[in-house]
Amino acid sequence: MSADDLGLWAVPIAMLGGAIRVSTPFILVSLGECITERSGRINLGLEGTLVFGAMAGYAVAYESGSAWIGVAGAALAGTAFGLVHGWICKLPRVNDIAVGIALMLFGIGLAFFFGKPYIQPSAPDLPSIPLGFWSDIPQLEAALRVNVLFIIGIALAFVIAWMFRSTRTGLTIRVVGDSSDAARAMGIDANRVRLLSTAAGGALAGVAGAYLSLYYPGSWTEGISSGQGLMAVALVIFARWNPINCIWAALLFGAAGALGPALQSVGVTSGYYLSYAAPYVLTLIILIATSSTTRALEGAPGELSITK
Amino acid sequence: MRSDTFTSDDGPIGVETLHMTKRFGDFTALDDVSIHVRPGTFHALLGENGAGKSTLVKCMMGFYRPTAGEMMVSGQQVVIDNPKQAHTHGLGMVYQHFTLVPSLTAAENLVIARQSTSDIIDWRAENERLATFMERMPFSVALDQRVGRLAAGEKQKLELLKQLYLGRRFLILDEPTSVLTPQEADELLGMVRGLVDDTGLTCLMISHKFREITAFADDVSILRAGRHVGGGAVADLSTDKMAALMIGEKTLAGSADRQNLDGEIVLAVRGAEADDRSGIKTIAIDTLDVRAGEIVGIAGVSGNGQMELMEMLTGQRPLHGGDIHVNGERFAATRQQAHDLKVRFIPEEPLQNACAGRMSVRENLAFRNFDAGSGSIWLDGRAMTREAAQLVRDFNVKTASLNAPIASLSGGNVQRAVLARELSETIGLLVVANPCFGLDFSAVADIRARIVDARNAGTAVLLISEDLDEILELSDRVLVMSDGRIAYESSAATVDLDSVSRHMAGHA
Repeated sequence: MSADDLGLWAVPIAMLGGAIRVSTPFILVSLGECITERSGRINLGLEGTLVFGAMAGYAVAYESGSAWIGVAGAALAGTAFGLVHGWICKLPRVNDIAVGIALMLFGIGLAFFFGKPYIQPSAPDLPSIPLGFWSDIPQLEAALRVNVLFIIGIALAFVIAWMFRSTRTGLTIRVVGDSSDAARAMGIDANRVRLLSTAAGGALAGVAGAYLSLYYPGSWTEGISSGQGLMAVALVIFARWNPINCIWAALLFGAAGALGPALQSVGVTSGYYLSYAAPYVLTLIILIATSSTTRALEGAPGELSITK
Repeated sequence: MRSDTFTSDDGPIGVETLHMTKRFGDFTALDDVSIHVRPGTFHALLGENGAGKSTLVKCMMGFYRPTAGEMMVSGQQVVIDNPKQAHTHGLGMVYQHFTLVPSLTAAENLVIARQSTSDIIDWRAENERLATFMERMPFSVALDQRVGRLAAGEKQKLELLKQLYLGRRFLILDEPTSVLTPQEADELLGMVRGLVDDTGLTCLMISHKFREITAFADDVSILRAGRHVGGGAVADLSTDKMAALMIGEKTLAGSADRQNLDGEIVLAVRGAEADDRSGIKTIAIDTLDVRAGEIVGIAGVSGNGQMELMEMLTGQRPLHGGDIHVNGERFAATRQQAHDLKVRFIPEEPLQNACAGRMSVRENLAFRNFDAGSGSIWLDGRAMTREAAQLVRDFNVKTASLNAPIASLSGGNVQRAVLARELSETIGLLVVANPCFGLDFSAVADIRARIVDARNAGTAVLLISEDLDEILELSDRVLVMSDGRIAYESSAATVDLDSVSRHMAGHA
């Protein structure tokens, strides 16, 4: 069968597959950023971390011959970036957003520098699970070919939601994110909590990078990220700092992002660039529709520099 | 299981400071202060703003390291470098500003504050435990509510509950009743009194209110300008004596005599409706009139819609229905209209809500008029300086320089500066919220006198305040707001305190 046989059904099926494939890095980065932002910091450097993670993951996978060791290497590199961000922000009179932008550029530059030798060779791919085995429609089968990292991301969202609600660590992060004064009064070292939260966020962004280079699109190139790291920051705000909402937001972004290619596959080519802008237009519309001039942003961490 | 909650097994603890001195650069905030809080007593610490009370308790709690001096807990010399160490000695503090985390629920706040909370929280067990704890407490707070949604009075109760929940045996209360109604204050202090008598709690309370000190405290220590100027058993001291020690030789600005004016209606609110802060309830003001030359006081427990009413008047909160007229003209609260109709607003917490903290006193004083007049795009710096200097002189604003950032001024002086800006011309309508919150004795008298002066000059004044004494002292008419509505109205001459209390408490 070809796409023509499915008719317009090809569009939602391609969007479903696209949502799952494209959303995975969004889920991972936004969960990491969710932890960081809940602790009261914004790490805009995640874009750089993501690109560096993609390079590091690819390089380590190629050298070691194992995609999973590559993922671990990317996580480690991401942790290092997170620690640098957290450590610099600890210094007095340092703005987390400015540091984030600096680290973003630094991470991308460093990845290009070290990544040059890895553009040609091919590294092992991450495995995926064929959840569409029951279907004989090849498009659906392809759409439901789900990467393990997607499933890990979903599970992680629930674990993080539970952590924020029912663990000492989670409550401590929320305390620090909401009120430095309260944290100090409780004897919590806010800087340390933020350092570790930023490191955790960096680790997840690194893993997201490894997904890009090791699964989809599946090779290391300099243009591998199209701003997923930055968009994930907006996505966390859009998800109102709730990890479960991060899943929905990421899927929505992924589906909207797959709209362009899906339409193309059924032959609709007019408004090509417009359909590619769908995720951004969608974000704007939803943010405007859910905002209020009289109510404060529900759930916004009080120490965040953008809400203060 | 209850090991870290309140126990009285070890007997009450007493705390002494010996020759405590704290200098910040050249400025001596505390000068050789020795006070003795006897075990199992309720001790009051009295003094004006800037007298060093906060510095003293911060030294005791380990926020500051004293320049000289020692601390004794139960007769043992101790060194307290940080609040955590203070906690291990059983010392706890309820701060003037809230230390609860707004986005956490009350229960989460209590549980996370406890040192022994396990890594994974079993909410079922914790909730049962909290319920048992709350049963022994004289008042309750909705534990499943986000703290950010609680009213100020509720938060203050929760702060106190938290300290008791954490098993502190020496409590420092920093003006605990400043946000409570008299009934709530009496209830709270009565409860503290009971805990002191029955369970061996020792309590040190910072206060300005003589009534509370004479009614509830055993001993008092009085500070003035960083020095310990007197004290002893409350029973041996008269209020006049305490006031004299606290204020020193100073004359307070007397309140101007009232003149009876029967003015025109200036502010008229009809059927105005708007959402409250949570967006769940509705604020509905059927009729509210304020005439020229009268002060209308709106009393009420915080969180009953007073701040929303203020925002409706200032145009910060859209109305669903009804309207607001000033001098018969529909009022939309634009800058131009406020200027033309001579309407002035003084919101609560003026440093946050009516000033730009990092800008200078001079610039803040110019906010009202800097864009009026000349039409030139250049500001006249010299005229601004001249006018600011005049206002600072007229309103006794104490500032190091006109170019000092306004945030560096004390609370009383910020409020004086804001009053200077807003009251400097003849005005038609003045809306003012909690003007004296957290201010010391002499600043309060000064600011109230200014408000009465404005009234006598023919201004219509709407005074929204959580301090019932203030409402009763200043108002010509008293209104009570409860649950988003005006529940009670009476002229000041015939006001019945019992009904006011009942309506404030919402039991009418």
